Amino acid sequence: MKFIQKAIEKVKPPFERGGKLEKYYFLFESLETFLFVPKETTLSRGVQIRDGVDLKRFMITVIVALTPALIFGIYNVGYQHFLAIGVEPASSLDIWYVGALRVVPIVIVAYVAGLFLTEFVFSVVRQHPINEGYLVSGMLIPLVMPPTIPLWQVALASIFAVVIAKEAFGGTGMNVLNVALVARAFLYFAYPGFMTGDNVWVYLGDSAAVDGFSGATPLAILATTVESGQSATAALAAYGDTFSLSSMFFGLVPGSIGETSVLWILVGAVILIATGVGSWRIILSGFAGALAMAFILKLGGANPYFAVDPLYHLVIGGMAFGIVFMATDPVTGSQTNTGKWIYGAMIGILTIVIRVLNPAYPEGIMLAILFMNVFAPLIDYYVVGANKKRRLKRATV
Amino acid sequence: MSKSVKLKRGFTINLAGKAEKTLAEIKQPETFAVKPTDFIGMLRPKALVDVGDNVKAGTPVLIDNKQNKVLYTSPVSGEIVEIKRGDKRKLLEIVILADREIEYESFKSYTVSDLANASRTEVQEQLLNSGAWPNIIQRPYGIVADPEDSPRDIFISGFDSHPLAPDYNLILKGEERNFQIGIKVLKKFTTGTIHVNIDGHAEVNQVYTGDDSVQINKFTGIHPIGNVGVQIHHLAPISKNDLVWTINPYGVIQIGRLFLEGRYDASKVIALAGSEVKNPQYYKTFGGAGINKFIENNLNGNHVRYISGNVLTGESIGEQGHLGYYDHLITVIPEGDKPEFMGWILPTFNKLSFSRAIGLLSFLNSSKKEYVIDTNTKGEPRAFVQTGAFEKVVPMDIYPTHLIKSILAEDYDDMESLGIYEIIEEDFALCEFIDVSKHEIQAIVRDGLNLMQYS
Repeated sequence: MKFIQKAIEKVKPPFERGGKLEKYYFLFESLETFLFVPKETTLSRGVQIRDGVDLKRFMITVIVALTPALIFGIYNVGYQHFLAIGVEPASSLDIWYVGALRVVPIVIVAYVAGLFLTEFVFSVVRQHPINEGYLVSGMLIPLVMPPTIPLWQVALASIFAVVIAKEAFGGTGMNVLNVALVARAFLYFAYPGFMTGDNVWVYLGDSAAVDGFSGATPLAILATTVESGQSATAALAAYGDTFSLSSMFFGLVPGSIGETSVLWILVGAVILIATGVGSWRIILSGFAGALAMAFILKLGGANPYFAVDPLYHLVIGGMAFGIVFMATDPVTGSQTNTGKWIYGAMIGILTIVIRVLNPAYPEGIMLAILFMNVFAPLIDYYVVGANKKRRLKRATV
Repeated sequence: MSKSVKLKRGFTINLAGKAEKTLAEIKQPETFAVKPTDFIGMLRPKALVDVGDNVKAGTPVLIDNKQNKVLYTSPVSGEIVEIKRGDKRKLLEIVILADREIEYESFKSYTVSDLANASRTEVQEQLLNSGAWPNIIQRPYGIVADPEDSPRDIFISGFDSHPLAPDYNLILKGEERNFQIGIKVLKKFTTGTIHVNIDGHAEVNQVYTGDDSVQINKFTGIHPIGNVGVQIHHLAPISKNDLVWTINPYGVIQIGRLFLEGRYDASKVIALAGSEVKNPQYYKTFGGAGINKFIENNLNGNHVRYISGNVLTGESIGEQGHLGYYDHLITVIPEGDKPEFMGWILPTFNKLSFSRAIGLLSFLNSSKKEYVIDTNTKGEPRAFVQTGAFEKVVPMDIYPTHLIKSILAEDYDDMESLGIYEIIEEDFALCEFIDVSKHEIQAIVRDGLNLMQYS
């Protein structure tokens, strides 16, 4: 490793203050600190030793937690592909191959567009270090996309999200909205034809679908029950075993790349909670809020969608993925412990409300989280306000 | 009356190189120093002596031109050999070459009954002129107390919970009488309570128990349990317009000696500790001691950092440095100015971390494991990202992140309502240690206190 270090030391001078390439310093720094934890030491006053953790390790933990969902997503894209075109794959390798061929480019494009084209430019123009936050955003964006998404849209959405949702507010740590969700919301409203409907959730490639194939997601099927009056259970049962509670839990169903398997998302949740990187309060209260709201609606029972078994809501659509990976974003979520309970529960509740009461938006989690992102500071304002009041009260007695 | 408080939050940094509980004999250091930088809030330090002057122990050598009633005196007798200045002629150190036999300035000595009859003004004069006064610290702000004030209460933390902290049972041994006299002197300044807070885990220190005019409180928990700021928060928190004093038990003892013996006796027992020390143990010396005699032939490595105080709140002083006025500990740890290949991702059991993020496995180690930690920052400064972690190491009803952000925003109302009066740097030192984004939180806290104090 000595020679790499020597090489870095050798090319470093022009990037330092006063050097010719000074304005590219942060580009250089990001590469250097990726390879080596720098030799910086603590100052003469203040703490003399530091904890072994840094933001890179913090962020990479989230990536590790996302990996099971990503790997399963690759498999599922291939699996759904062969199911839809009615061809028996020669081996499971074929499934992995087709899936990887579709998913890996999306991941690469999200990173190239968001990180290399946008973050790097901003680091030079705005003279701030390249933050590790995009390591996570760049992985989240592909996972919330339908598998048929055109690559140029991935690029556009990533750039839009980084510029408008993050850099406009000052970079990582300052953003109000979850970056990956802004990317998705942007495409959702700008190119609805590519983001909704029955034809985007299964990657067909050049092949044609078999007769009788429907690419509908369970959410879309449930939304139709409001009109048709058919019971939700019957509507889902029409697809055979495909949309049973257990198959939706395991995740071999059409949907966004990383969102279908609740099982592997929960593995990610366990990693986030065990490492302490994700807030268990938000995850727990999110699921609890959704269950509670679904149960209340079931009691109301105004139409067949109201009557859906609350457990179904937890395994359908992006609910689990959103609560585990998006709602727990420390920057855009609530920052106080009390606030986290309220914030998580409201996300769960709002998701169900949007799903059931407004079937025009089949998936509610995206809007629920974005909405609560905006409200998180307000929640904290009142929680912290209570602390201030306690202090004030003490002073006057 | 006495309270018993149990606190769970905090973090133990178990470092290698704890001082053996033995008192080693050693040739005394040649030089001793008075350092204006030890006294936070000293605005216009001015040397009262020149190079070549002879001083006794207790001779004034330094004052703050903004608060000229408080005299800062020499800990030993000898000759002024150097007045060290830094950038813009900032006064850094007044160095004294010590005599073999210490001569003392003489002050009035008191019997117990003399003391009972003495007025506040009288004892105050003696404290101010002798150099014992700066032991008294005022909260809010954590600065040397103003002689004009009468504090609501006085708080004494009877133990130190910092990493490698010296054992107060050992450094205060045999000082019972001095402590009691010191308390009697302090009693003259307040109508409130004098709290002595003891470690609920340890044996009761005999020094503290001989006096029933103080309230003894028991604190059980992990660091920062020994921080007097945390203790005040749980006993009688500081609100706006409140003013309390804090003093280290050593300070009380020094005051006791002053009134019993009539001299400014700066002799103290200090600990030398840290992973790079060959024989970590205790030494008897004087305040402001040069550290070179203690470390001579006593180190494991040669690329090390010398810290006056502990690793969380201390100051790097260099090989030729001198012990700080308030410190009882010299810590020697390895310097960490080496890059580490892929250090941010490799799994490790040896990097102590409050976090359990991927690969940081120190939480699996036994709590008895002792760590060797160098001075590397182990990461680069970033924006605030993580939430909820600072709260876990600040056992007070305070939102550290919000308070820190209000300081950065210079929002006076918020700083006040979020509790800035209740803290000083040391109370947030653990936040600085565990911070993922590597902020200089203690410096930020001081900036906030300065904003509140001077505007």
